[in-house]
Amino acid sequence: MRHVLSAIVQNVPGVLAHISGMLASRGYNIDSLAVGETDDPQLSRMTFVVVGDNRVLEQVRKQLEKIVTVVRVVDVSSQDYVERDLMLMKVKSQTGPERAEIRELVDIFRGSIVDVSADDLMIEISGRENKIEAFIERMRPYGIIELVRTGRIAMVRGGGLDGHRETES
Amino acid sequence: MSRAETGTGTEALSGADILVKSLVDHDVEVIFAYPGGASMPLHQALTRYSDKLRTILPRHEQGGAFAAQGYSRSTGKPGVVMATSGPGATNLVTAIADAKLDSVPMIVITGQVPTAVIGSDAFQETPIVEVCRGITKHHYLVTDVTDLPRVMKEAFHIATTGRPGPVLVDMPKDIQLSNLTIDWDPEMDLPGYHVETRFARPEQIKQVAAAIRLAKRPVIYAGGGIIASEASDALRTLVKKTGIPVTMTVMGLGTYPGDDALSLDMLGMHGSVYANYAVRDCDLLIALGVRFDDRVTGKVEAFAKNAKIVHIDIDPSELNKNKEAHIPVVSDVKFALDELNKIVEPPEDFEPWLQQVSTWKTDFPYRYDVGYDGILQQHAIQELSRLTQDRETYVSVGVGQHQMWAAQFFKFNRPRTWLSSSGLGTMGFGLPAAMGVQAAHPDALVIDIDGDGSFQMNVQELATCFCEKLPVKVLLLNNQHLGMVVQWEDRFMGSNRAHTYLGPIEHEEASGIGDRSPHAFVNERYPDFVAIAKGYGCGAATIAKKGDLEGALLEMIQHDGPYVLDVQVPYQEHVLPMIPTGMTADDMILE
Repeated sequence: MRHVLSAIVQNVPGVLAHISGMLASRGYNIDSLAVGETDDPQLSRMTFVVVGDNRVLEQVRKQLEKIVTVVRVVDVSSQDYVERDLMLMKVKSQTGPERAEIRELVDIFRGSIVDVSADDLMIEISGRENKIEAFIERMRPYGIIELVRTGRIAMVRGGGLDGHRETES
Repeated sequence: MSRAETGTGTEALSGADILVKSLVDHDVEVIFAYPGGASMPLHQALTRYSDKLRTILPRHEQGGAFAAQGYSRSTGKPGVVMATSGPGATNLVTAIADAKLDSVPMIVITGQVPTAVIGSDAFQETPIVEVCRGITKHHYLVTDVTDLPRVMKEAFHIATTGRPGPVLVDMPKDIQLSNLTIDWDPEMDLPGYHVETRFARPEQIKQVAAAIRLAKRPVIYAGGGIIASEASDALRTLVKKTGIPVTMTVMGLGTYPGDDALSLDMLGMHGSVYANYAVRDCDLLIALGVRFDDRVTGKVEAFAKNAKIVHIDIDPSELNKNKEAHIPVVSDVKFALDELNKIVEPPEDFEPWLQQVSTWKTDFPYRYDVGYDGILQQHAIQELSRLTQDRETYVSVGVGQHQMWAAQFFKFNRPRTWLSSSGLGTMGFGLPAAMGVQAAHPDALVIDIDGDGSFQMNVQELATCFCEKLPVKVLLLNNQHLGMVVQWEDRFMGSNRAHTYLGPIEHEEASGIGDRSPHAFVNERYPDFVAIAKGYGCGAATIAKKGDLEGALLEMIQHDGPYVLDVQVPYQEHVLPMIPTGMTADDMILE
């Protein structure tokens, strides 16, 4: 089973090392890890994709919560959520019909070409994991020079913070 | 948590003084500290507070850290240890990992190279926070002296609340030297640390009470969490109200009186037959402040196989980690037991079970060959237990056979009187831990029951015992071998001796197939422990005859000052019963 967890962490030095070290030393299988600051500069948000059964998920969540600098952990995939992965890809493409084909595919996948040079194109694309992977397969025949992905980020739909509207007092 | 005595007052002090003053303000009475280049300002500050805070100089940083654990384990208050950067700090690592596994509250302070050179591979620089991330409850590298009062406040808060554990504070030298006019009582900044939520809900307590009422074959499985939350009295009340028998983990010994009829003593690999049978056959296992460690469960699927499991622990990550609980309760165990005791009733019908347990207890006591004419380890421990029952006695141990025999044969009736490196299993724990206990309890009898392997791992602390006037006694069960490893060699590896003999290598036990004859004994002894002890200024004697034991133990107990009693014991003696790794109570070796 694939689960998406989101952790709000204190934005202090070493927190990423601490979390990735804990996950590694306990032998959890982490598919993807993305991290970035939130609207509050004191806090960062990490998104994990964890592979394992419910028991593994429960342990990962509890072990994360035990780290003092982890403020909150949400099991995003237990709710209705939006998931995105951002990719930059450089593909071989000389001027000519091939380039037009690539442009057409980029349009179909709702990506954009962000850099053009004589022999290659750089493409930006975002979406769910399976869309990104489908696009990679379509591009393979043209010759992928390099690609980089942010890793999965996710957010629960509607309902306020983490899907729970804050109670008004 | 005590607040700073000066309350809202402000004054200019150096980082080193702020740190030491905060120790004093947190009621720290003793610190074990070994100085070095990067911690000298801290030591200078310690001299300025010497009327309030005793500094004990260990002879190795690891000794200091285990002494801090001894202080903590025997009092419940955080133990404090300090070392310099680099090797000073790395020498603490084993004891930090040990404190983490046994949930011992400890404040670890390390000197660090100045902030300007951190990361430059400076002299005696180690990234100790990086090294210790996975083995501390929390850790700080202080890079701004302004943070220090808050860091110290948080460090004590985190170390002592919830599930206790070690907190590391790494202090660069320039931070120790910089001055600050400070607020002594800053706000903590711990948005992710919620200890206040860990209390059982009323419906959970009712569920547990109902399970107890319906149980036909209940057993309580009590661990170190009972001690950490000071719940021993609550446990005793529960047993009094319900009559349910109690077995304890190594960490839990002392929570329930070992000499009581309902005590099933220790369970697990070297636990009693009756405890392991009771857990095997129970229909309700009440697990209190425990973590279903592999040394307890053996094959985890077979452990308490037909039982409903109630698991109460303050650490949510322990619930369902190794064994799924039917009634998992995240709670301070004392709170949960106090609530439970208000409503609990004894099981309706469990007389046959109590009969069964009692029969097992009669039929399968801990045993040894009482006819042997020399001194057996078990006998020495049993005698020591008998001779010390009427006084305030603390026992620490190293790791190995002697540790398990002490757990089996010494009767502990009070919590915090038994100190054992249980989770990490660190040899060399016994002597420094005893030293820390003695510093906390100057008038008590503190005994390190040790083996000759473990004892030598921190033997240098005899100097600390002598110089700091800590009259620790060492009962040294000297078999010239690494006994537990020898036992495994004998049981599982055809007695092929692989570096388990502790004397000169020309001895026949040093390699090849070991002697398996009953009570095999090494006549030529190495080293001369009496000479070593006397060299450190301690009293010492060596004995080999059974008739000398009682007199020698009394002489040790009555000696004014630290003392080593070297007891020459055979090495062909196995810790039994034994459940081999990953097996079940039915696979228990009894002979």
